[in-house]
Amino acid sequence: MVISELQALAEARPVQAEYKDGPIAGGYTSDLLSDVMAHARTGDVLITIQAHKNTVAVAGLVGAPAIVLCNDRPIPDDMVEAAREEGIALFSTLLSQFEVSGRLWKALKV
Amino acid sequence: MTTVPIDTASSPGVVMELLYSLRVKDAMTSSVITASTTARLRHVQDLMREHAITAVPILDGERLLGIVSIGDIIQALDSGTMERPAAEVMTSSVVTLDEDMPLSFAVTYFDRYKYGRFPVLAVNGRLAGIITASDVLRRLLIALNEEIGRMEQRIAGRQPPSEGPLPSMELSFGSAPLDFTRAGNISARFKKTLTEKGCPPTIARRVAVASYELELNQVIHSSGGVMRMRVFEDTIEILAQDEGPGIPDLDLAMREGYSTANEWVRSLGFGAGMGLPNVKRVADDFSIESPPGKGTTVRALIAWAKESTN
Repeated sequence: MVISELQALAEARPVQAEYKDGPIAGGYTSDLLSDVMAHARTGDVLITIQAHKNTVAVAGLVGAPAIVLCNDRPIPDDMVEAAREEGIALFSTLLSQFEVSGRLWKALKV
Repeated sequence: MTTVPIDTASSPGVVMELLYSLRVKDAMTSSVITASTTARLRHVQDLMREHAITAVPILDGERLLGIVSIGDIIQALDSGTMERPAAEVMTSSVVTLDEDMPLSFAVTYFDRYKYGRFPVLAVNGRLAGIITASDVLRRLLIALNEEIGRMEQRIAGRQPPSEGPLPSMELSFGSAPLDFTRAGNISARFKKTLTEKGCPPTIARRVAVASYELELNQVIHSSGGVMRMRVFEDTIEILAQDEGPGIPDLDLAMREGYSTANEWVRSLGFGAGMGLPNVKRVADDFSIESPPGKGTTVRALIAWAKESTN
C-alpha cells in the first residue's frame, strides 16, 4: 500500500498532490490534535475531519506523509499551501472516518 | 521455513519500531544469481547447486520476467524436459516487494504467500535483490542485538549516547495569542533543527510533542510568550514562559481531559485537556510554576539516555 493508492481506496479527490510517493506504515484516526501528537506513528496516514492548517503542522511533526479529510469538509487554501510546503499529500473524500479507517485497516492487514 | 514467527500487530514496541524503520533493502541480498529466458533448465539447476539456492529469477536484460524454483526443476527431471528454456517453465506472475517498503511488509508477505523468497524491485522497476525469511530474521536479530545492547548499557547506568552528542545550542521564538496560522511553527523549527544536527528520531519526536503542546498552550491561553530550546550534551531543555494570566488550579490543569478552552478553540481540535499531561509523559523531568496573576513557566527535560524507551 502506497500513498497514491489512497485515492482509489478512499474514493478521494487529491487536493495536494506534490509529494513523494511511498509506502504507508499504518493509520491514525482522530480529530483531537493532541491525541494525534501523542499516539500517531511515523508513516501513519492521518484520517480526520480537522480541515485546517494546524492539522498539517501536526502531521509534519509526527511524520505523517498523508492526510485524508473525511465527510467532504471544506478545505481552506492556506491548508493546501502548508501541505505543499511540507510535501504532505492531502485527499478529500465524502466517506466518513469510520469508512476510510476500515478500508485502510483491511488493506494493510490482509 | 517460509513464515516469520513475528506478529506485526502486537509484538513489543521495540520490534515494531525496528520492523517499520528497517527497509526491505536493508535486509535483502543484492547480488542475485539470475538466468536469461533462453537458459536451459539444466543450466538453472547447475546454478542452484553451485550457489546453494532454491530459486533463480529469470531476466530479460534487467527486467524481471519470472522465476524458476527448485520445484520446477524436480518436475522437469521427472518428465525429462531439462533441455527446455527457462521461459517455458518459469512462474511469470511473480509476487515482488519494493526495496523501500518497511521490513514489516516482508514479514506480512512471507506469512500471506507461502513462497520461500521474494524478488525485490528498485524504484525504476529493475531487480534490486532477493529476500528470504532467513534474511529478514538475520537482519532483525542484528538490530535487536544492537537495541538490547543499548538497553543493557542504560540499565547499567553507563548510558553513552549512541550517536555523538549534538552541538550545544539555544533557540528561542515568541508566540502570539490566538495566532493559529502560525501555531506549531516553533515546534517544527525545533524538530527540524534537531533532525538536521543528527538527533535520533525518537528524541526529536519527544521534543516535538513537548514543544508543540506548550506552544499551543501559549497560543490558546496566554497573552503571548517565549519558547526556548537549549541543547546540552546529554539533555534537551524546553522552556515555555508566558506573560499570564497564569493557571488558577495547577492540579486540575495537569489532569487528563480537563480544559478551559472555549468552544471555538475546541472545534479546531484543540483543548482536549491532553496538553500538559502529554508534555509530562514524554519528558524525563517536568516542572511547572504559575503564581496567581503572573505568567506560567514550564520546563521539560528530555534526556538522551531514554532514547528508545518511548
